[in-house]
Amino acid sequence: MLAFSQADYDEIRKHGEETYPHECCGVLLGQFSEDGRIVEATVRCGNTRTDSPQNRYHIAPQELIRVQRQAREKGLEIIGFYHSHPDHPAQPSATDLAEAHWIGCSYVITAVQQGKAALTNSFLLGGTQEEDKHFEQEQVGGGETNFNETAVVNILKKTADG
Amino acid sequence: MKIHIPTPLRQYAGKQPTVDVRATTVRDALAQLTAEHPDLKRHLYTDDGKLRAFVNVYLNDEDIRYLDGRENAPVKESDNLSIIPSIAGGKRN
Repeated sequence: MLAFSQADYDEIRKHGEETYPHECCGVLLGQFSEDGRIVEATVRCGNTRTDSPQNRYHIAPQELIRVQRQAREKGLEIIGFYHSHPDHPAQPSATDLAEAHWIGCSYVITAVQQGKAALTNSFLLGGTQEEDKHFEQEQVGGGETNFNETAVVNILKKTADG
Repeated sequence: MKIHIPTPLRQYAGKQPTVDVRATTVRDALAQLTAEHPDLKRHLYTDDGKLRAFVNVYLNDEDIRYLDGRENAPVKESDNLSIIPSIAGGKRN
């Protein structure tokens, strides 16, 4: 289960609409919980694949180091990543799996159809190492909304102090 | 110096976000890390002992591949070494 606030969920979908017809990408910060991951912040990143941004993304490691530093300062962890698939289903491609290396983290994909965000799915990168890694679709929820077709209501209770 | 461990690899490093080592070079620091936490080795290196292509190692803000001396570059106590697996993909197979 990947838990989002409505604002964070809307933000990554908006990012995909803004970069259309190119793929957007970014980092999900938050906490690992017993039944998944809880998003507490999202960070937009640049797509360095300027040679083929309509069907490829890559985040510069220098940018990730900056994000990781910011996360540490806020007491947050990198718990996943997001990107968009312009005019393409919200399912991981063979390239998405081949180039995914953060086992135990969530990879969120938003299909953007004709510039409008459509379905958003999340996939946990399971396995123990490169040789047996695989994606497992996970529920995306939070607030009082089910964010994907397979989601089961799971209310993310936010305390008044955040 | 501190070595920052990314979330997926912490389970192989005593669940710690950072590991402290006393080293004189990048190579020495990584060797100490994998000596202390041997399970990390197969996740960082190929069978012939090279850093896996998707594993980025940064000394402070510099990619060690571009440092003078690469893994033999000197380090000091106040340095930070970060291990960052790459983030990439895309819709085309």
